[in-house]
Amino acid sequence: MPDATGLELTAHELRDANAEAVLGTTFYRGRAELQVAPAHVVEVLTTLRGKGYRTLASLHGVDYYPDEPRLGVLYELLDMKQVDRISVKARVSTEDPHIPTATGLFPGAEFPEREVFDMFGVVFDGHPDMRRILMPEDFPGFPQRRDFPIGGEPVLFTYNEENSYGKWQ
Amino acid sequence: MEVKREGLGPPGAPSDFRARQLLARDMLRGDLEGEALNLYVEERVMTTTLEKAVAWSQGNSIYPMTFGLACCAIEMMTIVGARMDIARFGWEAFRASPRQADLLILSGRVSVKMAPVIRRIYDQMLEPKWAISMGACCSSMGVFNNYALVPADKFMPIDVHVPGCPPRPEALMHGILRLRDKIHGHRPDGWRERYDAVGTEEVLAGEQGGAGAINVLAPGDTAGA
Repeated sequence: MPDATGLELTAHELRDANAEAVLGTTFYRGRAELQVAPAHVVEVLTTLRGKGYRTLASLHGVDYYPDEPRLGVLYELLDMKQVDRISVKARVSTEDPHIPTATGLFPGAEFPEREVFDMFGVVFDGHPDMRRILMPEDFPGFPQRRDFPIGGEPVLFTYNEENSYGKWQ
Repeated sequence: MEVKREGLGPPGAPSDFRARQLLARDMLRGDLEGEALNLYVEERVMTTTLEKAVAWSQGNSIYPMTFGLACCAIEMMTIVGARMDIARFGWEAFRASPRQADLLILSGRVSVKMAPVIRRIYDQMLEPKWAISMGACCSSMGVFNNYALVPADKFMPIDVHVPGCPPRPEALMHGILRLRDKIHGHRPDGWRERYDAVGTEEVLAGEQGGAGAINVLAPGDTAGA
């Protein structure tokens, strides 16, 4: 991890390139995080990749309900030479869940981005194949959002089998 | 400890192997007559019904489908190994094609996306066919009781449910022996007779592909009966 000073220096460098790119920084429990405007996320990732963070270790989504904007997309970057990690977080709202794709920079981001789309409904603009990856194609809704019902079935026991779906005989 | 050996035949009958051999030779020569011939036949002939004999052979030569879904599949593989060894009951030949399999062991969770695939595999199996729902997930969805899973009873008939998470191989062994008892006990031809599900066919004979055609699917059609 870059220490708190290193994180601020990185943020300054990014702000010098584009004043609107970095919205804030967090350094918590040894974990450096850059909050980035979703429109400029590719720009920030390109810069960080040039600085040595060449591996996209993870790309995932979060639902921060009831905070707004609700959805978050997290990019965990890894510098394999310095053994250094940094997180990039972009927040998008559920009304307009659009963010540019990172597949141009990291080809391995293709499937994680499809998963984030599948589970949270974040649309990655410019993605080569924006389809669901885990749930059926015709599945309604985005199941990992906090307002999605958890679902499930009543469990079939002997006492309720008379009026349950499992009654075959 | 003293080992006591007893002959197989009734008291007084020659129990020695050599004596039996000589007896068989005499019978083949036609030298055996009267009481001795009656005793010989009684010792060797058994009567049964054809239905029972077929059920007996079916219950002892089940070919399960090579099909694993999740962690239960690891336990399912164990029953083929040396410690459990379902070869003792003639169940060891796992078939890679549903056309050759008699038994579908649902070993693991069934997701909403996987359910039509499993139903299709079950439809492709030839009658008579059986199904075991193994583990908590595909019986009652277990710890994954949420939007992503579907219980097996909802889309196909199950003969034996084996509880556990995952069940130990002994538990699956018990389930397999219960299914064997079921097959031996009575042998209705198909699951529709077993579960009184006649009349629930999705594709009726003659409905598609002309008169007499059963289970003819249009290209891309996933519904089968």
